[in-house]
Amino acid sequence: MENFAVFVPRLVPQKDYFAPGHRACIGCGEALALRLVAKALGRDVIISNATGCMEIVSSPYPTTSWRVPWIHTLFENASAVASGIEAAVKIMNEKGSRTRTHLPKIVAMGGDGATFDIGLQSLSGAWERGHDFLYVCFDNEAYMNTGIQRSSATPFGAATTTSPAGKMSIGQTTWKKNMPAIAVAHDIPYVATACPSYPFDLMEKVGKAVATKGPSYLHVLSPCPTGWRHGGDLSVKMGRLAVETGAFPLFEVVNGKYKMTMDLAKLRPVTDYLTPQGRFRHLPKDEVARIQKGVIREYEKLKKKAEA
Amino acid sequence: MSARKKDSEITWRDIDIGAVIRTPGNAAEYKTGDWRSDKPTWNKDRCIKCGICALFCPEGCVSHDDKGYFEADFYYCKGCGICARECWTQAITMGPEA
Amino acid sequence: MAMVGMEGSLAMAEAARLANVDVVAAYPITPQTHVVERLAEMVANAELNSAYIPVESEHSAMSACLGSSATGARTFTATAGQGLELMHEVLYVASGLRLPIVMGVANRALSCPLSVWGDHSDVMAVRDTGWIQIFAENGQQAFDLTLCAFRIAEDHKVLFPVMVHIDGFHLSHVVEPLYLLDQKQVDSFLPPFVHPFPLDPDNPVTMGAFTVPILYTEARKSMETALRSTRPFINYVFGEFAKLSGRQYEPVEHYRTDDADTLLLTMGSYSEIAMDAVDQLRDRGEKVGLIRIRLWRPFPFEELRQATENCQTLVVLDRCISPAGPPGPVCSEVKAALYSQKKRPNIAGFIGGLGGRDLSPAEFVQMVEKGRVIAAQGGEEIEMIGVRG
Repeated sequence: MENFAVFVPRLVPQKDYFAPGHRACIGCGEALALRLVAKALGRDVIISNATGCMEIVSSPYPTTSWRVPWIHTLFENASAVASGIEAAVKIMNEKGSRTRTHLPKIVAMGGDGATFDIGLQSLSGAWERGHDFLYVCFDNEAYMNTGIQRSSATPFGAATTTSPAGKMSIGQTTWKKNMPAIAVAHDIPYVATACPSYPFDLMEKVGKAVATKGPSYLHVLSPCPTGWRHGGDLSVKMGRLAVETGAFPLFEVVNGKYKMTMDLAKLRPVTDYLTPQGRFRHLPKDEVARIQKGVIREYEKLKKKAEA
Repeated sequence: MSARKKDSEITWRDIDIGAVIRTPGNAAEYKTGDWRSDKPTWNKDRCIKCGICALFCPEGCVSHDDKGYFEADFYYCKGCGICARECWTQAITMGPEA
Repeated sequence: MAMVGMEGSLAMAEAARLANVDVVAAYPITPQTHVVERLAEMVANAELNSAYIPVESEHSAMSACLGSSATGARTFTATAGQGLELMHEVLYVASGLRLPIVMGVANRALSCPLSVWGDHSDVMAVRDTGWIQIFAENGQQAFDLTLCAFRIAEDHKVLFPVMVHIDGFHLSHVVEPLYLLDQKQVDSFLPPFVHPFPLDPDNPVTMGAFTVPILYTEARKSMETALRSTRPFINYVFGEFAKLSGRQYEPVEHYRTDDADTLLLTMGSYSEIAMDAVDQLRDRGEKVGLIRIRLWRPFPFEELRQATENCQTLVVLDRCISPAGPPGPVCSEVKAALYSQKKRPNIAGFIGGLGGRDLSPAEFVQMVEKGRVIAAQGGEEIEMIGVRG
C-alpha cells in the first residue's frame, strides 16, 4: 500500500478509485472525504454502500464512479450485506472456489442516517459477530440526500427541515448521538474519527483500519454546503473549524485505549464554527452558550478517557 | 450495452442483467464542468507546486503539468472554489466563466 | 437408498447440506427453527462446510444473502411468516439484482392476532417480489424441491432467487417417510455455482445503481421478461430430477382428473387431504379430481388452462384471506388466468386452514358439494370453511 504518511500532497498517489463525473453538489465535503477514503483503500476492496448522498451521486444508471467492486441495495443493511460478502469470500477461499487466495478488504459505507438511525441494528449485529470489515460513516449530520431532514447525528441547535427553527423551536433539541462510543462499547479493535480537512490523518486512519483484523469503524465528518448553509468553497475550512473548536474531536480507540489525534491546548470558541453556517443562524445567545458548554464537557470527557 | 446511447434511446434489451454496470468509472464520461459559474485560475508566479489543491478537490480533477504547475480539468471542474480557498500561497483566484 | 423418517424442516436442511451450500444466513422463527438449528449442528460437526452467519434479524438474513450470492457463494436461508414480511423489501432486491438465493419458507399466518401456525398469508404477501416460488406437499418434496431450487436458481439461463414453500408445522414438524439422495447423485445433478460477474477486485462491477424515470420501466421489463422465460428451464430441471430420482414434478399436478367434471384446486400439504376426499367422492361414483399448483411463480397459465378445460366446476381452496379484496388470492389469480378462455369452468372459492386450522377430507367433500351449487349460481361469496358463528 502507498505510504500516505508522507505528508506532501503532490506525492499522494494520483490514482482515484472514485471517478469524477459524479453528481455531488458543488463543494461537497462528503465527496471529498469519499474520494480520499477510496484513494487510501486502493483497488483490493469490495464495497457495500447504503442508500444516501454518495450512493446516489456515484451510481446513476448506466454510469458509475466506482472503479472497485461495489454493491448498493437498501438503506439500513450495508453492514448485513458486507457480512454476507465477508463470509462468502472467506468460505469460498477455504473451499477453493475463488481464483485468488488473497482476501480483499470488505468495506461498508453509509451516511449518518444509515449508520446512526436506520442501519444501527445491522451494524451492531455485524460488530457483535466480529466480521472482518471496515465501516465508514460519512457524517454530514442530517438526511441530506432527501432534502436535509434531521438524524440522530444532527447537532444540538441545528435547523433541518424536520427540526426547523421556528417560534417554538430552536432546531434540533437533542445532542448528537455518540457513535464512536457505541462502536467502542462493542469492543471492536479499531475506532477512529476523521475529517477530510486533515487528509493525511484520514488516509492514515483508513490504512490502520484496513490492517485491523476484525471490525473497525471510521467516523468521517463530512461538511455539507447545501445542508449546513455555507459556501461550497468553505467545506474544508468548516471541517477544520469543527476540529479546532472541539465540536468534532479527532481521536482513535485502539483495542479500547483512547488516543487523541490532536491534543489542542486551547479550543477555539465554538462561535467560530457556528457563525459561518446558516443552519445555526437562528440560535439565540443562550443556546450558543449551551452548545459551548456542551462541546467543552464532551471534549473533557474524551480527554479523560485518553488519559486513563 | 453502449454507454454512448442517450438514456432515452436505451431499450429494455440494452439493460444488462440485474442492471449491473460492468464498465468501472464510466461516470467519467459525464461533463460536470458545465455546472460552474466561477472558474479557478492558477497564478504560476505564486504556485509553489505543493499539490494541496489537487488533494482537496472533491472531483479529483486537479493535476499538474510536466513542469509541476497545477491546473483543473475544466471538463469536470464545478467551480466550488475549495482549491482557491485552501491554496497556501493564494495562487488561485476564482473568476467568472469567460 | 433406504427410506428414512424425517421432519420436513430437517429434510430441507439435508438438501442444503447435500447441495454443499457455502453460506447460510440464519435467524430463527417458528416454525422454521429446525431448519436453521439442523444446519448449525451440521456445521458444528463438520458435516457441512459453510459459513454460518447468525444474523440479528430476517432483514439482515436476506441482506447477508444478497452480499453472499453477489460474491459468488451458494447461499441459503429459511424463514416463516413475520420473518418473510420483515425481509419484504429485500426480496425485491434479490430478484432485481438477479441473485440465485434459495430460501425455504415454513408458511405461517401473519399477525395480528399472533399465530405461529401455518397458512399462506405470508406467501400471498410476496407474490410480486419476482422470486420463483415452488410449493411442496410432503416431506419428500421438501427435500426434492430444495435441490431443484438450487439447480434452477443458479443456472445462467435463470439467475433468479427461488422460494420453496412448506406448510408450517404440517410439513416442517411432521415426520414423514422419504428417500434421500446420496452425494454422488446430487453432485451429478447440481453443478457448482459460478456467478457470471461476482464482486471481485479483479473485475469491478457496480450493482444496485439507481434509475431515473426514463430507464426504470426498461429495467423492470428486462427483469420480468427474464422471469417469464425461466419456464422451459424449470421444466427441464424437473425432468432431470425425475431421471435421477424417479419422481417427476410438474407445474400443475393432477390426481384422478381424467374424466372429472369437478376439480378441486389446492396448493401445499392440504393437497394430500384433498386426495382423500377425491377418493371418497370417487368411491361414491362422483367424477371429481384434484389439481395442485406446484409452481406458483412464474404462474403456470397454460398448464392451468389445459387442466381445467374440460371440467364444469372448479373449487379453489385459499389458505389466506384478501381482506375486502377479490375473495381468495389463489382463486382470484385462477379466475384471472381463465378469464380469457372461451371454455372455462364455473369457479367457487373457499377459505380454510387459516392459522393452522385443520381441514378434514369431510370438509373438502363439503367444499365440492357446496362449491358446485355456488359455482352454478355464479356466486361471488366465498365461504370460510369451518368458521363458527
